[in-house]
Amino acid sequence: MTNVLELRGITKRFPGVIANENVDVTLREGKILALLGENGAGKTTLMNILYGLYKPDEGHIAVRGKQVEIHGPNDAIAQGIGMVHQHFMLVPVMTVTENVMLGIEPTKNGIILDKEKVAQRIREISDQYGLEVDPHAYIKDLPVGIQQRVEIIKVLYRQADILILDEPTAVLTPQEVEGLFKIIDTLIKSGKSIIFITHKLKEVLAVADDITVLRLGKVVGSIDPKEATSQKLASMMVGRDVSLVVEKGKAKPGEPVLVVDGLAVRDERQNLTVRGVSFEVRKGEVLGVAGVQGNGQTELVYALTGLLPIEGGTIRLLNEPIRHTSPREILERGVAHIPEDRQRHGLILTFPIHDNMMLCTYYKNPFARGITLQEKPIFNNAEELVKQFDVRTPNIYVNAGTLSGGNQQKVIVAREFSRPIELLIASQPTRGLDVGSIEYIHKQIIKKRDEGSGVLVVSSELDEILALSDRIAVMYKGQIMDIVDANKTSKEQLGLLMAGVHPTDAKNTK
Amino acid sequence: MTTTTMELSTSAEKRKRISYGMTLLVAGLLIYLLFGLTTQAGVSTTFGLNLAGSQAIEVSDLVVPAQLTVNLMAAIAAFAGAYQLAKGIRSTGWLIGILAVTFVIAFLTWAAQDKSFNLTGMLGSSLVRATPIALAALCGVISERSAVINIGIEGIMLMSAQTAVVTATVSGNLYVGLIAAILVGALVAAFHAYLVIRFKVDQVVSGVAINIFGTGFTSFISSRFLQKATDALNNSGTFPIISIPGLSKIPILGPVLFENNIVIYLMILLVVVMHIMLFYTPWGLRTRAVGEHPKAADTLGINVYLVRYVNVILGGMIAGLGGAYFTIGSVGRFDEIMTAGKGFIGLAAMIFGKWNPIGAFTSSLIFGFADSLQVKLQILRVPIPSEFLLMAPYIVTMIILTGVVGRAIPPAADGQPYEK
Repeated sequence: MTNVLELRGITKRFPGVIANENVDVTLREGKILALLGENGAGKTTLMNILYGLYKPDEGHIAVRGKQVEIHGPNDAIAQGIGMVHQHFMLVPVMTVTENVMLGIEPTKNGIILDKEKVAQRIREISDQYGLEVDPHAYIKDLPVGIQQRVEIIKVLYRQADILILDEPTAVLTPQEVEGLFKIIDTLIKSGKSIIFITHKLKEVLAVADDITVLRLGKVVGSIDPKEATSQKLASMMVGRDVSLVVEKGKAKPGEPVLVVDGLAVRDERQNLTVRGVSFEVRKGEVLGVAGVQGNGQTELVYALTGLLPIEGGTIRLLNEPIRHTSPREILERGVAHIPEDRQRHGLILTFPIHDNMMLCTYYKNPFARGITLQEKPIFNNAEELVKQFDVRTPNIYVNAGTLSGGNQQKVIVAREFSRPIELLIASQPTRGLDVGSIEYIHKQIIKKRDEGSGVLVVSSELDEILALSDRIAVMYKGQIMDIVDANKTSKEQLGLLMAGVHPTDAKNTK
Repeated sequence: MTTTTMELSTSAEKRKRISYGMTLLVAGLLIYLLFGLTTQAGVSTTFGLNLAGSQAIEVSDLVVPAQLTVNLMAAIAAFAGAYQLAKGIRSTGWLIGILAVTFVIAFLTWAAQDKSFNLTGMLGSSLVRATPIALAALCGVISERSAVINIGIEGIMLMSAQTAVVTATVSGNLYVGLIAAILVGALVAAFHAYLVIRFKVDQVVSGVAINIFGTGFTSFISSRFLQKATDALNNSGTFPIISIPGLSKIPILGPVLFENNIVIYLMILLVVVMHIMLFYTPWGLRTRAVGEHPKAADTLGINVYLVRYVNVILGGMIAGLGGAYFTIGSVGRFDEIMTAGKGFIGLAAMIFGKWNPIGAFTSSLIFGFADSLQVKLQILRVPIPSEFLLMAPYIVTMIILTGVVGRAIPPAADGQPYEK
């Protein structure tokens, strides 16, 4: 068995941080290597070095036993290395063919693009690897699952035999993940080698031949999947034992806090993205909203928090209607909002922590008196919250932007939880956070539920939805497919709903 | 649930349908009230179709009964509005087309009642006046397709215009002037590219700086040197009209399209070439990719910075050609601030043309038409103050930029510097 790829002693420093320190990684021919690590562990940096987007400060790369210099994507492609990026590198307004040919365009008579030749080659690749796609479709019209196929075709068109898949399952439904695993299987059978980057433990155990775990830029160790368990991998990733299960008692639902009926919302581009949604959230329960990203969840939350106008239907919060109500008034009625994009909507990154801690109450006693802000209460408030919510920061005077993602999220949670609330709306509350922070945030959310608040959790991570929710609503194309009891459902059922298939329909047609 | 969805998605379209229909109905009414009632009965309007001194085969002029024509236009607009309200034509382009055509024909018939109005001459001067606008628009298209905004086109054109006339006068050769103008355009654009690509200077700020510099510098040179030695420095003559044999004999179109000077032919050639380049060649594919998603292009080994440099500089050369038009292509001397905002109108034409070369050219023609219309109307002594007529091209610009006429979507990365 030969090693197709060896990274030896790779070190990469950015100003103030060491992203990779003396990292060794080995990929065996025809095998799948899973590179496991939390966000910020240095996985993506390492792969960008391999792909020539960054230059390593130390260390070397060997492909098929030969040491190589990789100065840019062209060198990587020439060595047969191809990368499927986490955020797809596709031009939405161009066709599949145009995206695939970009960079190595064949021409007729040296001037005019030969699209038909490329389309033909795409069809061949499609047939060979089971990657079905219409070469003349526009990327923007394709679902993400198909877009990912286009990315893989792009790599295969360049005749890569070492494929790097960076968090390939992040945006897929469970069924699409199954499809991807089948494709990976075909690729391996035809002699390709694959590096699979992820932070999802179950996937690693499902597909990997070898596992290498990274933490804080260093290799923690390599492990045989046969000997690995989720628990063991998690503690390798985090460096301590973590609880992967959210412990929660039975919900004691009270009267409804939020009643939504036939809600319709247009997004900023005036597309109707929420199309007649009805549900209610009761006191003391968690309603999870599952769904693949971009099915109207964002706009639903924006409408509930007053950030987007309502096109149709009604929202009632504690029996009072919300319509043309300002976000401030909604907050004052007892809504806490953990926004989806914490850096854009949750914090002002260039403001110090103490100011971020009072962003929704700055105009009130004790923070403001007359036309001036009161320093002392502001500082005291921040000191207290930092202690209470375990925000890891040198002090309360540093800018919020200097904190890690997990600690930024804790600042938001601290601020939103520090006032009396009736309803918590948490949108992607743990996106991009490490396992330790996820554990913490989940506990806090359940604590709010047990204190009697209604909780609405929107997440595209199915595991998170299942861990937190008492009831689960699945959104697809702006509508709620179904609302199910969290204890009586399965990942498969939710997966089908997320893909727009009603399980009962599916059975009936069979 | 599905029924509410259907109702919701159609309600907006319904609103749009009604508002467009009402607009056309009102337009029909306005045409009738403004022009129909004020046109004398029994008078006719003559549209001249021949141009004095042209080689085209002569055709007889078009004589129409004024009042009937105006009222007919009012009826067409009103009918189209009613049809839209009842059935819905859907295509916004058609509706706007009907609105514009009926209004313009009615207006011209009214303005020239009992007189003669040379239509061919009007179309010809529309194309001539559209030329610098189209060149500015093409400069914008090529530059912004690679995501670099160049708002300094006005300044580049001024500097090129001055360079062209001075070098042409001194060397006694107009082609030397033309090449010098193009080189100056390339140089200034290269400077702009260097600032915004290498140092990531705000693209609008850099462009504004170029405009201010261009205005100040050319005005200084003009008042300090050119005005004192007009014959030695600022009197180049202009490119001769080249008649294309055969084609220029076609009635109406011949004198409009095939009796022009080299700058105008070059402009038309550029429109076609650029369209092919942008949509059918590797260079165009890369340019568009860099403008839409530079990171994607970068991961495929395309040099994002190089593509942007090349495009901005090519754009500068086109703007340089546009500058040359003002002096050696048109009047043969330089006047201070003679571009009169054509560079900015070109950017409006680019937007209205949806960042497509052919679209940009077509919308430039609309601006050229508005511009030449105001000149003709002054000659016809229309009872509208000449100051209002002078505003026409700029009013058209503003109407178009408000997006009433359909919103255009710029390249996704337009104006953003690329960070590796």
